Amino acid sequence: MRFGFFPGCSQEGSSREYQESLREVASRLGIELAEIPDWNCCGATAAHTLNHRLALALPARTLALAEQAGLDEVVVPCSACYNRLAGTRHELLHDEALRQQITDIIEMNWHGATRILNVLEWLNRVAGELPGHVSAPFGHRVACYYGCYLTRPKALAACRRIEDPIEMDELVRAVGAEPIRWAYKVECCGAGLSVSRTESVARLSERIVSDAVERGAEAIVVACPMCHTNLDLRRDAILAAAPPGGRSRLASIPVLYISQVIGLAMGVSPRPLGLHRHHVPVRLSAAPPSVAPVAPGEGEE
Amino acid sequence: MPRIGVFICHCGENIGATVDCAAVAQAAGRLPGVVHAVDYKYMCSDPGQSLIKEAIREKRLTGVVVGACSPRMHEPTFRRACAEAGLNPFLCEMANLREHCSWVHEKGEVTTQKAIDLVRMLVEKVKRNRPLTPIRVPITKRALVLGGGIAGIQAALDIANAGHKVVLVERDPSIGGHMAQLSETFPTLDCSQCILTPRMVEVAQHPNITLYTYSELESLDGFIGNFRATIRKKARSVDESLCTGCGACIQKCAQKKIPSEFNAGLGRRTAIYVPFPQAVPNKPVIDRARCTYYKSGRCKLCEKACPTKAIRFDQEDELVTIDVGAVVVATGYDVKPTSFFPEYGYGEYKDVITGLQFERLASASGPTLGEIRRPSDNEVPKKIVFIACAGSRDPAKGIHYCSKICCMYTAKHAMLYSHKVHDGQAYVFYMDIRAGGKMYEEFVRRAVEEDHVRYVRGRVSRIYQKDGKLIVKGVDTLLNSRPVEVEADLVVLATAMTAQPDAEELAQKLKVSYDGDKFLNEAHPKLRPVEMNTAGIFVAGACQAPKDIPETVAQASGAASKVAGMFSRDELSREPVVAVVNRQPPPVWSTCVGCFLCETACAYQAIEREEIRGRDGSLIRTIAKVNESVCQGCGTCVALCRSKSIDLQGYTNEQVYAELLAL
Amino acid sequence: MAEYEPKIIAFVCNWCTYAGADLTGTSRIHYAPNVRVVRLPCTGRIDFMLILQAFGQGADGVIVSGCHPGDCHYTAGNFHARRRWMLFRRLLDFVGVDMRRVTFSWVSAAEGAKWAELVNSVVADVRKLGPYEEFPQRLGGPGQKPIEVA
Repeated sequence: MRFGFFPGCSQEGSSREYQESLREVASRLGIELAEIPDWNCCGATAAHTLNHRLALALPARTLALAEQAGLDEVVVPCSACYNRLAGTRHELLHDEALRQQITDIIEMNWHGATRILNVLEWLNRVAGELPGHVSAPFGHRVACYYGCYLTRPKALAACRRIEDPIEMDELVRAVGAEPIRWAYKVECCGAGLSVSRTESVARLSERIVSDAVERGAEAIVVACPMCHTNLDLRRDAILAAAPPGGRSRLASIPVLYISQVIGLAMGVSPRPLGLHRHHVPVRLSAAPPSVAPVAPGEGEE
Repeated sequence: MPRIGVFICHCGENIGATVDCAAVAQAAGRLPGVVHAVDYKYMCSDPGQSLIKEAIREKRLTGVVVGACSPRMHEPTFRRACAEAGLNPFLCEMANLREHCSWVHEKGEVTTQKAIDLVRMLVEKVKRNRPLTPIRVPITKRALVLGGGIAGIQAALDIANAGHKVVLVERDPSIGGHMAQLSETFPTLDCSQCILTPRMVEVAQHPNITLYTYSELESLDGFIGNFRATIRKKARSVDESLCTGCGACIQKCAQKKIPSEFNAGLGRRTAIYVPFPQAVPNKPVIDRARCTYYKSGRCKLCEKACPTKAIRFDQEDELVTIDVGAVVVATGYDVKPTSFFPEYGYGEYKDVITGLQFERLASASGPTLGEIRRPSDNEVPKKIVFIACAGSRDPAKGIHYCSKICCMYTAKHAMLYSHKVHDGQAYVFYMDIRAGGKMYEEFVRRAVEEDHVRYVRGRVSRIYQKDGKLIVKGVDTLLNSRPVEVEADLVVLATAMTAQPDAEELAQKLKVSYDGDKFLNEAHPKLRPVEMNTAGIFVAGACQAPKDIPETVAQASGAASKVAGMFSRDELSREPVVAVVNRQPPPVWSTCVGCFLCETACAYQAIEREEIRGRDGSLIRTIAKVNESVCQGCGTCVALCRSKSIDLQGYTNEQVYAELLAL
Repeated sequence: MAEYEPKIIAFVCNWCTYAGADLTGTSRIHYAPNVRVVRLPCTGRIDFMLILQAFGQGADGVIVSGCHPGDCHYTAGNFHARRRWMLFRRLLDFVGVDMRRVTFSWVSAAEGAKWAELVNSVVADVRKLGPYEEFPQRLGGPGQKPIEVA
């Protein structure tokens, strides 16, 4: 199987481990991830708050390149990139005049052939292959954190239940983990304000981490580099924002990418999965699996 | 030889200013078969109609074409005029020279030519018209009312009081419906059961009403005036004629923890039960799915307790067939359960309840005897949050419509709470307040001003449990769109009102139409609000759309008056635009080959099978026959017939082709 | 030579399109006078031989219009018409009828303006196509006897 791949800026920098682990899992499943040649910035945050046409033109160029390269489906790991690419595709497919305008700007043809997949969609697509590869079930209680972009807006949402998505829960259950029920699955972590207003991010993210800890999660699982940055890299700020007491538990809960969880369950050692790159060290007791792995879809609805 | 009269109307300036009416009349006069052609200023006026009548008599006309406005406007007028002059009204046709010609084209030669063409088409058609007589249909003067809520009760009582027989069918063990569950009613705060139960008793005692509870409609056949309903009387497992309603069986029942439907799951009932103390009839049923005896073959405690030996474990469902002339559908509504809302806890938080559940908490006959106590720990909630529009007006939830009653009952709930819990605080999250209705807005103002309910305009995005509280996260859009959080003890969702889960199935049984939300469709949204598109079937109450009690009662009385109006005559008369299968002398009998393709095409089940038998009674052929009482005259069968054996009166092949050939 | 005026015959249902065309009138929206309307109870009544007959009578274009899907006065007549049309269309195409000359549309009783637009656009389109002289002779060309009158 072959899928197109759009890394976006973060996969080369702050969240290299996301790409590393994704590629590791993909190769073990016999899947090729073909990077779109000469891709460019998706325009998240900066472009789409300033200039609507620029915000469409940037992803449109990448979409056109993917189409030229003959890629039917492109996996986009970053939720913000996903939102921009899938959103642009949606908007241009539904407005012919706009499509004409944008293709004139990028001086390329585009027909809308390429579909955009986020990581959860993609992993659920190939989840049928997972059980055979699970050699070290991930026997931990985890809080699946979806963040805002994977379920919004509705027209793009890759998840069936936008207020209480279960796609990631199904995946972690398939590799032996036990997803907890908690309240902050889709609450905002502060996202793009990570740099400009760290204190807001700390306040918002503190509630997420606290709720996960209070409900007994041993790890938080994410599918977005922005979420990871805010929950992991901003942990010191989170601790500072937390009420005194219980900070030690808040300090130690690690944040893993869904691809890292799957990689670990496949028996991949931590280093190729980039676990050493995290700010909060990933130290999970090697407890025997408490839950037997089940096929996705068998979980509670 | 046809003798056709053509009458061209100027309609004042409306036609005359654009079309040369005199030229049209002249041209018409030259058409073969036309013996009389005139134009006149106002053909629909009395003198105009007299012109037509005189011509019919003097020129012995066999057909009339009036070139005037749209037939949708004045066809009845001119047909009546013809009938008064002794000409069969169906020998009169109209050419639409106004809406389809003078009003939409420029003055000139071309427009006049079009008018002439239109007249010529209709002249050729009318030559081939046949005299038709209206169809008469006898009426069975008994009404079937489906649903024993307030809508069905009102309709049944009104029809019965008009002197007609009524069969009222209710699928639950008692009539009363949702209204019996309500604690108080807005905007007067009078007790729902106090005003409803006398009506329920009246139904039970009315000599014209036959009540079938714990029964459902199995099928409905026939047509207006002549329906045949089959009703399934579900086995009560109790002989109603022996049971006195003493309740001894209920006291003894071994199963005591079954969630009570009447209490919206908040109270418990037994396996042999009456839904509530004021039930009509006050006779229990055995819930066989829950009964120890039916599950394990042992128990029969109720049988031992019964002083009149009324328990019948071997009773079976019974099918009853009844002929009725009209049907009133009043099957009511359902509400979305809390489990419909992932963001509000997915039905897992015991203290997040629906509005209907709150009614039971507030009701003096409810599980807490009217004290507001929350389900999880029976504590009195000190902070209560009401969320209006839970699901309603939310395209993301697939419910676009407004449930209409929630604004009002939420205000009522908050008010009742404030009256009962003096040190408590009620919050209402709302989108808009829709309080249209007599004394409705005043009622909401009272909740805010006198009972100090805090109204927060904004949506609630999430509820989660923390330390025994429900954290309600929302936004106040009037306060700078600030996020708000309320630590509540109890949350009441005004969940969307929906159609009954089996509304679609019922609609198919009745062959009536329904909308995308499974609410039943009235025949016309403005002018025929209680009729349905199937003649003889009427609709009342929330099965048609969300509505409150006064509106429901008004609609029920409206439906009842339609039924009574229909029953005031002995037979119905309707337009003879129906399909007919040709009949010919033996040995052909008919060109129909009996393929019954028409039967599959007919949306009204109007095609019957007619057996042609010889003198010795042997079967010669089976051909199609149209039941003219049922046929609505769409003509779909005509277009489909492969042997051209079926034709539509008023729009026969001959007539339509003649129109075409005139062009 | 005077400009060629297309002859258009429209088969419409009584409840939606006929009423819609009435509304065009009451709204005084002008449109091309080339159309002649044949009023039928329902599009389900339209035997597609009627369309051939219309061309046989020298029509240059034909309009078939009824209630929108789901709005049929007779519940499902327009669905029958549509399904029959899908089949008939292929047959007509096969025998060589110029399918650009037949327009199937839905015009409701509330769409007076749409009726005017529909007629104008059909008239304009057919005007571009020119007179329909090559209507297959074997189906009965102009001036031929009726194909079938039951």
